Amino acid sequence: MALLEIRGVVRRFGDFVAVDNVDIDINAGEFFTLLGPSGCGKTTLLRLIAGFDLPDEGRILLNGEDLAGKPPEQRPVRTVFQSYALFPHMTVEGNVAFPLKMAKVPAGEIAAKVAKALEDVRLRGFGQRLPHELSGGQKQRVAIARALITHPPLLLLDEPLAALDAKLREEMQMELISLQKEVGITFVYVTHDQTEALALSHRIAVMNMGKVEQIDEPSRIYNFPRSHFVADFIGHCNVLSGEVRDNAGGFVGIDVAGLGAVKIAAGPGSRSGDQAAFALRPEKVRLLGPDSPDKSDNHFSGAVQGILYMGDVTVYMVQTDAGARIETLLANSGPGHARSFEIGDRVQIGWAVDAGHFLER
Amino acid sequence: MASRAGGKTAGRLVSVPPLLYLIAFFALPTLLMVVASFRSPGEFGGLAPLVGADGAIDLNLESYARFLGEPIYFQIFLKSVITAFLTTLTCLLLAYPLAMVIARSSKRRRDLMLLLVILPFWSNFLIRIYAWMIILGPQGALARAVDWLLSILGAEPVSLLFSPFAVLVCLVYVHLPFMVLPLYANLEKHDQALLDAAQDLGANGWQRFWRVTFPLSLPGVYAGAALVFIPALGIFAIPDILGGPNDTLIGNIIKQQFLETRDWPFGSVLSIMLTVAALALAALAAWIGRAGGARARRNGA
Repeated sequence: MALLEIRGVVRRFGDFVAVDNVDIDINAGEFFTLLGPSGCGKTTLLRLIAGFDLPDEGRILLNGEDLAGKPPEQRPVRTVFQSYALFPHMTVEGNVAFPLKMAKVPAGEIAAKVAKALEDVRLRGFGQRLPHELSGGQKQRVAIARALITHPPLLLLDEPLAALDAKLREEMQMELISLQKEVGITFVYVTHDQTEALALSHRIAVMNMGKVEQIDEPSRIYNFPRSHFVADFIGHCNVLSGEVRDNAGGFVGIDVAGLGAVKIAAGPGSRSGDQAAFALRPEKVRLLGPDSPDKSDNHFSGAVQGILYMGDVTVYMVQTDAGARIETLLANSGPGHARSFEIGDRVQIGWAVDAGHFLER
Repeated sequence: MASRAGGKTAGRLVSVPPLLYLIAFFALPTLLMVVASFRSPGEFGGLAPLVGADGAIDLNLESYARFLGEPIYFQIFLKSVITAFLTTLTCLLLAYPLAMVIARSSKRRRDLMLLLVILPFWSNFLIRIYAWMIILGPQGALARAVDWLLSILGAEPVSLLFSPFAVLVCLVYVHLPFMVLPLYANLEKHDQALLDAAQDLGANGWQRFWRVTFPLSLPGVYAGAALVFIPALGIFAIPDILGGPNDTLIGNIIKQQFLETRDWPFGSVLSIMLTVAALALAALAAWIGRAGGARARRNGA
């Protein structure tokens, strides 16, 4: 049995359906991420789990027990808020001790527990500081220590790293991963940042317009997106579509506008005559000069139309002679190597039959 | 550098008018009052000449000796402090829930309720006090209801008007907006996320109020308390009109000294003592507040 079971949960605000019939099972010890653009319902779902809001339909069960009718203070679930929500009139120690006092832990035991918790988040010696005397990263760690001190079975994190700068965010990501492994508490993490979701999670639920589009491990979400939305939202992606022409020997030919016949590995529902779409990651597309012999299963010639220099890689937008636009990229691994091609250069692009991935919708 | 020096000069120039204002309307009168407190009363009221007929400067401690020598003045001081304290406490208890309701209402209802809080200021202060004479008067519905209730219980009827009760009711009524407004201004800024966090961490409704909302509202409580306590300490119109002969407060005595007895030196001594008492109580409150704050910091509550 899963630790947290979300069963057919619906939440409406007037005519707007914020959470639309969501089913998710989250296992004990998992680092689970709800990922989606703003307004997709991920934060509403988090508030439903915490108890700040109630579902219109469906049930949420923790350890098999229905949470309906329990106000937030009676749910054994803790939340780390985006703004940290540290109590400004209490010291770091006071903040971390707060849940213990609410749980009527004997005063004699509190000091030792607080000291241990601050040690765990590397904040020893900060106990007497007030929140406004801390940096963003330190506030973050106080918020986590405060939420974890009563050893809840489930920790909810609402975009906790959104307010930090990029460098610190990466550091905190590493810390979160090791902390979660250490304490063994189930994390449910909400973010709109797909790289963060891929880096942190054991499993990700991609949400769009209140619905769950796909629940999978990060590598499967990235390599085998099920829908057009997931393919597009996670990383960069060429989504190509057309009519299935033939289906033989595990391969299908698809007639894509601007490219012509493209051969890819068959997926579900790829019968002749069907409309089909497939996702092709830029890094799976080979980019070669006009004279290099290309032995790819699919290859086309075209011209470079746009260049984006990203530092580690350079993204090239190639327009094929028949008119399709394909995004590809090259790693800038050579010394001082900024770009292999210039805008307007003739190039060839190609990819293997198994490079693309069929989308179900 | 030139512009910075120029900015400094401009800054000083800008501060001249308020400084002059403070000197003219606060420092000088206070100084005059301090000097007057050491002078002798004039034969027909007011002040005796500073330089007597014999050419000696006439400054003495007689009025201070009189203040210290007659315990009645200390008793009235104490009664005034207690009355002002009760007024402040009652205002706080009544204003806090109201300020909370206003702060948590929608924008439109909030504006309407704030307007209602300020509305009494649009009519004259004395008229509002006289209105209470009618409300509390023996022919008023309130007094009749109270007397009827007392007669059922077999007790003698009482007079609501011209009593300490009438004074306190009107003091609270007059000062309530001065408590509501600073409390509202403070509560309105509170971050809902803090209450959510407290609830998430296991705090029930009362604990959320007592451990989060109330401590964070203390600056508003202090501001409101000062705005109510200090004027209530020196007020004379309300006990004059609504109080009985035994409900005299220090404000009445001071008024008496200046307008009726015309003993200006003694009136000045009482005024100075009132100022000193107000400052001392403010300092005490600040000290208690700081000590309490430090303890809260240590205990996290």
